[in-house]
Amino acid sequence: MSAGKLLRTKIFPHTMLILFAFFFLFPFVWLVFTSLKSSNEIFELPPRILPESFQWSNYKAAFQTVPFGHYMLNTLVICVVCIVGQLFASPLVAYSISRIPWVGSKIIFAIVLATMILPSQVQLIPQYIIFAKLGWINTILPLTIGAFFGAPFYIFLLRQFLLGIPKELSEAAKMDGASEFRIYSQIIMPTLKPALATVALFTFVGAYTDFMGPLIYLNDAAKWTLTLGLQGFQQDHGAQWEKLMAASTIMAIPMILLYFFGQKYYMQSGSAFTGFK
Amino acid sequence: MLETISSAAPRRRRGWTRKEWHYFWLGLIFASPWIIGFLIFTVYPFFSSLYFSLTEYDLFNPPKWVGMDNYAAIMKDRSFYKSISNTLFMAFISVPVTLFSSLLIALLLNFKVKGIRYYRTIFYLPAVIPGVASALLWTWMLNPDFGLVNIFLRWVHLPDPAWLLDPRFTKPSLILMGLWGSGAGALIFLAALQGVPQTYYEAAQVDGANWWHRFWRITVPALSPIILFQLIMGLIGAFQIFTESYILAGGKSSGGALGGPGQSLLFYAVNLYQEAFINLKMGYASALAWILFVIVMLITLLVLKTSKRWVYYGGE
Repeated sequence: MSAGKLLRTKIFPHTMLILFAFFFLFPFVWLVFTSLKSSNEIFELPPRILPESFQWSNYKAAFQTVPFGHYMLNTLVICVVCIVGQLFASPLVAYSISRIPWVGSKIIFAIVLATMILPSQVQLIPQYIIFAKLGWINTILPLTIGAFFGAPFYIFLLRQFLLGIPKELSEAAKMDGASEFRIYSQIIMPTLKPALATVALFTFVGAYTDFMGPLIYLNDAAKWTLTLGLQGFQQDHGAQWEKLMAASTIMAIPMILLYFFGQKYYMQSGSAFTGFK
Repeated sequence: MLETISSAAPRRRRGWTRKEWHYFWLGLIFASPWIIGFLIFTVYPFFSSLYFSLTEYDLFNPPKWVGMDNYAAIMKDRSFYKSISNTLFMAFISVPVTLFSSLLIALLLNFKVKGIRYYRTIFYLPAVIPGVASALLWTWMLNPDFGLVNIFLRWVHLPDPAWLLDPRFTKPSLILMGLWGSGAGALIFLAALQGVPQTYYEAAQVDGANWWHRFWRITVPALSPIILFQLIMGLIGAFQIFTESYILAGGKSSGGALGGPGQSLLFYAVNLYQEAFINLKMGYASALAWILFVIVMLITLLVLKTSKRWVYYGGE
């Protein structure tokens, strides 16, 4: 291999990749190391990167000052209910617009796509008023009910998948006299599993990281989610960076684990977008 | 689009066979969750917010009709203009910068070198961190005295701004944070990049086109539909920036007022939230929401219109 080619195909890419990787990784390193420093150490100049001794007690303190376990539970309940809702509704709708030959399929698909660009703020206030009139403020209902009607992105994602499943699969069952609901639940749903996993994963991430929704609908601290708890922690212990970083790490860990174990589903969603052209 | 259903249906219905009816009802039943949700949570709120925008409403007393008063008041509201200019700054500077960074990372990830999987994992990682946590991390990273960013800048003898405390630097702080998360967009670009037929590049190479030419003549046109998609989603996203601003500006701890120093982080959605849920001016906030809707639609249409000149759809 010539020197020029080596430079072009190996040295240059690796140098750039390492440089960028450094920028992307270092904040994590800083997050974790700050969370393990003592309160004096974080205000030390010049700073040391590694803590002198690992202060695991910061994590204990974060759990003791704020009921993070309780917030975690509240968050998980919302996540699970949303997943159930999405897995019920989104595939049904996607099936209707991709595998049932009826006039509405194209129209509904067009409206589903159009709602993707509709800013949610336009509906926010009347939705709040509806939920307030129903007495649903301070409950998880406003944060979860929407999932039972499907979401544009998931409907789109599942539609892409469904279009890839051969028509012959359902036609053979139809010959045998199976009803559409049977075909849907016993033939199509099982083949749709990887896509359903993606929907479940993203629904979880969406509900877990949501901030504005809980901020608007949950006032009672006992009902708070992790995002609200973390923000509340910032309010009360603003300058205690070591504890704040410990709490942030706690909050980030489930997302990082999900990402490591479900990487292929993340990649799938990336390629789904290319179907837009 | 709703009209097309009702106007087209009677014309065609007469000739429908039993099978067509059968599929019509089936399709309707399968799609019904979305149709019901769309009517209750999109269509109804969409129009009722138009009604509320013409009233004065604080949730406790019945709405009072005020005509165009809210809109007139908004036109004289300095916070409104501040929020518009802050938001446009993010839309026209942050969105293209982040898009460019995503594309750059995607190009790097498209290199065929060892260990590329690990790099891909690293670049996407920041995007999975919950917004609240990453905003807090960056508040600490950008701490004027003890933050890592300024420690580094001082070390290389560059000026060390006060970042989140200085109105001139709050939005650049937000852009920096956005760049950190630009791996998410990169993944979408990467998927598209890997779909570009290799033969295009080989043919260009035979013709003697250099790297730069190949990038502009093949890669960019091939990616243009995805660039358009990400641009539109980014612009719409800019009008909905909320969590980052709320956290970086210190939330309620900053004396009840949101928006950070000198209102430099008062974005459209933050202003709307403040009017609706802190000042309880639901009518006024609904008017803001409708103005937002019009702006977003105009920008989207404008981008789509100009896109005809620079977006290439492959002849597949």
